Amino acid sequence: MTGSEPLLPTRRRLLLAGGATALALGVPVVRAQTLLAPPDELATLVRNFTQGAAVLPGKVKLDISPLVDNGNSVPITISVDSPMTPESYVRQIAMFNEKNPQRDVLRAQLSPRMGKAAVSSRIRLANSQKLVAVAQLSDGTWWSHTVDVLVTLAACIDLP
Amino acid sequence: MARTLITIPPSPKKGDVIEIRVLIQHQMETGFRVSADGTLVPRNIIKKFTCRINDGTSDDTVFAAEFFPAVAANPYVAFHLVAVPGTLTFVWEGDNGFSQTETAVLKPA
Repeated sequence: MTGSEPLLPTRRRLLLAGGATALALGVPVVRAQTLLAPPDELATLVRNFTQGAAVLPGKVKLDISPLVDNGNSVPITISVDSPMTPESYVRQIAMFNEKNPQRDVLRAQLSPRMGKAAVSSRIRLANSQKLVAVAQLSDGTWWSHTVDVLVTLAACIDLP
Repeated sequence: MARTLITIPPSPKKGDVIEIRVLIQHQMETGFRVSADGTLVPRNIIKKFTCRINDGTSDDTVFAAEFFPAVAANPYVAFHLVAVPGTLTFVWEGDNGFSQTETAVLKPA
């Protein structure tokens, strides 16, 4: 048995070396993937919508259940922190998704007559994904809120 | 004519912020689904919803929304309005020349 003892550390060392090699190889692979991945699509969509204007996080709240049981009808509420007076109101809001067949969800034009900047609707979600709501205030500033949702039953499945 | 459901609080006070909920019966066919014979089902959605208020002096748009196929069937929206006496007009417009108008009278106390 004494003869086999030196083998064990060698095997361990080999395994360790193998693991280290995998780690050393794996890390650059992951890096390369993130580098090759397209830039954040949602950010691009938002930038196109705002025509390049700066978008700050905050003021907007996209209210949606983090775990969605049925992607065919998902209640959402978009509310914006605004007094909704003729001097200061929300001009428009838009919502985009990441993994539905089409990136747009809905857009809305608001007015000071609303008194409160909160809009609810029901949407379809094809997959677990990120959603973003963007709002433009009457002073021209843009605000956004991004949320992650987990969808267990997806919409847009081809039904016979 | 599609069925619509418009919910307005029954007796609001003048100046109160009220919630208006509207729903219209519509399948909102996405245009991404394939039928049993393998062909793509053409898109048939409601593209635009507008709510206007005419208070006797002006006819203003309160709220307008643009829908995309990601909006669920029987599109529902809820929004707010400062209660003033007047007539509310709800208009839905969509594919294949779809258009429907409903009105409601608002008489806050």
